[in-house]
Amino acid sequence: MNRKNKELLSVENLKQYFPIKGGIFGRTVNNVKAVDDVSFTVYEGETVSIVGESGCGKSTTGRAILRLDTPTSGKVEFDGVDLVSLNKKQMRKMRKDMQIIFQDPYASLNPRQTVRQILNEAMEIQNVVPKSDRDDRIAELMKTVGLQPFQADRFPHEFSGGQRQRIGIARALSVDPKLIICDEAVSALDVSIQAQVLNLLQRFQREMNLTYLFISHDLGVVRHISDRIIVMYLGKIVEIGDKESIFENPQHPYTKALLSAIPVPDPEIKKERILLQGDIPSPIDPPTGCRFHTRCPFATDKCKEELPVLESLSHMTEGHEAACHYAKEIETGEHKPTKDITKVR
Amino acid sequence: MKQPAEQTAVTEEKVQSPALKNMKDLVKKFKRNKPAVVGFYFIVILLLIAIIVTVLDRMFGVIVTPHHPNDINLIDRFTGPTAEYWFGTDHMGRDIFARIIYGMIYTLGIGFASVIMGALVGVPLGIVAGYYGGRIDNIIMRIVDVLLAFPGILLALAIVSILGGSLVNVTIAVAIYSIPGFARIVRGSTLATKKLEYIDAIRALGASDFRIIFRHILPNVLSPIIVNATLYIATAILTAAGLSFLGMGAQPPLPEWGAMLNDGRSFLRDAGHIALFPGLAILTVVLAFNIFGDGLRDALDPKLKN
Repeated sequence: MNRKNKELLSVENLKQYFPIKGGIFGRTVNNVKAVDDVSFTVYEGETVSIVGESGCGKSTTGRAILRLDTPTSGKVEFDGVDLVSLNKKQMRKMRKDMQIIFQDPYASLNPRQTVRQILNEAMEIQNVVPKSDRDDRIAELMKTVGLQPFQADRFPHEFSGGQRQRIGIARALSVDPKLIICDEAVSALDVSIQAQVLNLLQRFQREMNLTYLFISHDLGVVRHISDRIIVMYLGKIVEIGDKESIFENPQHPYTKALLSAIPVPDPEIKKERILLQGDIPSPIDPPTGCRFHTRCPFATDKCKEELPVLESLSHMTEGHEAACHYAKEIETGEHKPTKDITKVR
Repeated sequence: MKQPAEQTAVTEEKVQSPALKNMKDLVKKFKRNKPAVVGFYFIVILLLIAIIVTVLDRMFGVIVTPHHPNDINLIDRFTGPTAEYWFGTDHMGRDIFARIIYGMIYTLGIGFASVIMGALVGVPLGIVAGYYGGRIDNIIMRIVDVLLAFPGILLALAIVSILGGSLVNVTIAVAIYSIPGFARIVRGSTLATKKLEYIDAIRALGASDFRIIFRHILPNVLSPIIVNATLYIATAILTAAGLSFLGMGAQPPLPEWGAMLNDGRSFLRDAGHIALFPGLAILTVVLAFNIFGDGLRDALDPKLKN
């Protein structure tokens, strides 16, 4: 969108390893490298999406930014403050500015609390609204997310999935955050409800100048809502760029394969589908060099040894970067796939 | 014209708290288990009797049984069950029926008091261990494991011999012995609860650990605590009676059931009823608590729908 806006969130060399304990003394025998050296920047007012298949570390990245899990190493700078170095108490204060909307609207609300109690508690924790005004604020929030104020005294089980997700959104909005991380926020909803919730989120972005970090595996949703897109594979960023660049001019073979999997709602259109061989390797012992080399149709010996870095090439737009040794050669047709991987549907 | 339609929709729906609804479901499920219901009423009746007779005795000096539990009547010693002495008399001619009625408060009191004390220590330990995990978890649970490694009665015996034999010390000993059970069960439930997404949501809002633990985790681990407590009361009563039987608990002439059992031990061959009736009393109370506890556990188990 607009690169001139100021940086709101900057993630540098973020690593999130989960130790695997073993042996009699519970020593750390290995690590699950869920997120391995990830850096990116989110500017104020934009929507950045992280896409990738299950287990690529996209949710873990979101959780590490919010310090729901403490990152192994790296820097997360929010509004100029390094979150990783804050102590618990300072972090609690910072949480007012960054909220999260979860995937499962059934698990993310305490079933024993009414909507009023849920929202009230959120405001009480951050002390954003004086006690006497909270009821008004709750009514206002309910209306904002498209629910009726009188429904505030109901329990979560009395609402549908879409309505519950709206309550989750109301809870996140109740503390006036600057950044909202949407962790698969619409994946659990029906397609029609997805559209409603997405439009709601977009409206809030305009009205309240919110910034979204949108974590999703649904490329259709991502295409609809994002300004910029980050593609992750096995704990690393393979490609980053604005929406048009990623969708119209994908550079990394993985991104191409991912995009070719988007269904087209027209049986007449024949599409080339890139089928990847094999499974995603284990993040406990990821492949050396380029992590994608085990499944990449273009892989050579160089890919097995050298780790490619994110770089922007002459035929790419500004800010569009891909981590592939052969990005240019593939584009010009000099580097051919070593095996045939396309299939016409 | 839209307004009235909406209004009726509001009044029709009655808001029902899930806690209240769960409670109703629980009662319904529990009632299907007839033995457990019998156990429950039995416990309630015994509790009422124990409290009423004690209050009448202590505050008004009224004894409801035909004889005073501590009245020695040497002429009538070793009498078997008769119309006058329903459960017979012991070696000092004391009315065993009266002693069982008046001893009930000690037995039930030790059971409830020790389990409550054990829960007050064990539950926070378990929650802290489960919630914080890591080293804190390791330290707490290893201490609990050490406690658990001792056979219950041996541990209680050791504690009583350090503190000295008295009713209060027996209660403390049994309480200490019930800590590991609570700590372990609560830790397990806490581990499961803290993974729930709404706990993450409330953490992302900046809630303190204190708020998360008491407002959001504790209500979720309450039901295993209650079941465990009910079942532990039975064990506690048995252990306390055992300690009294060994002479480490209630001191004579307190009509504690375990102590009465010990009194009858020397006369098992000639006057078996002295040991028989206190023994039967312990058996019925323990059985009632166990059946009630089992029924409660089944009713609270979400997997057993019917």
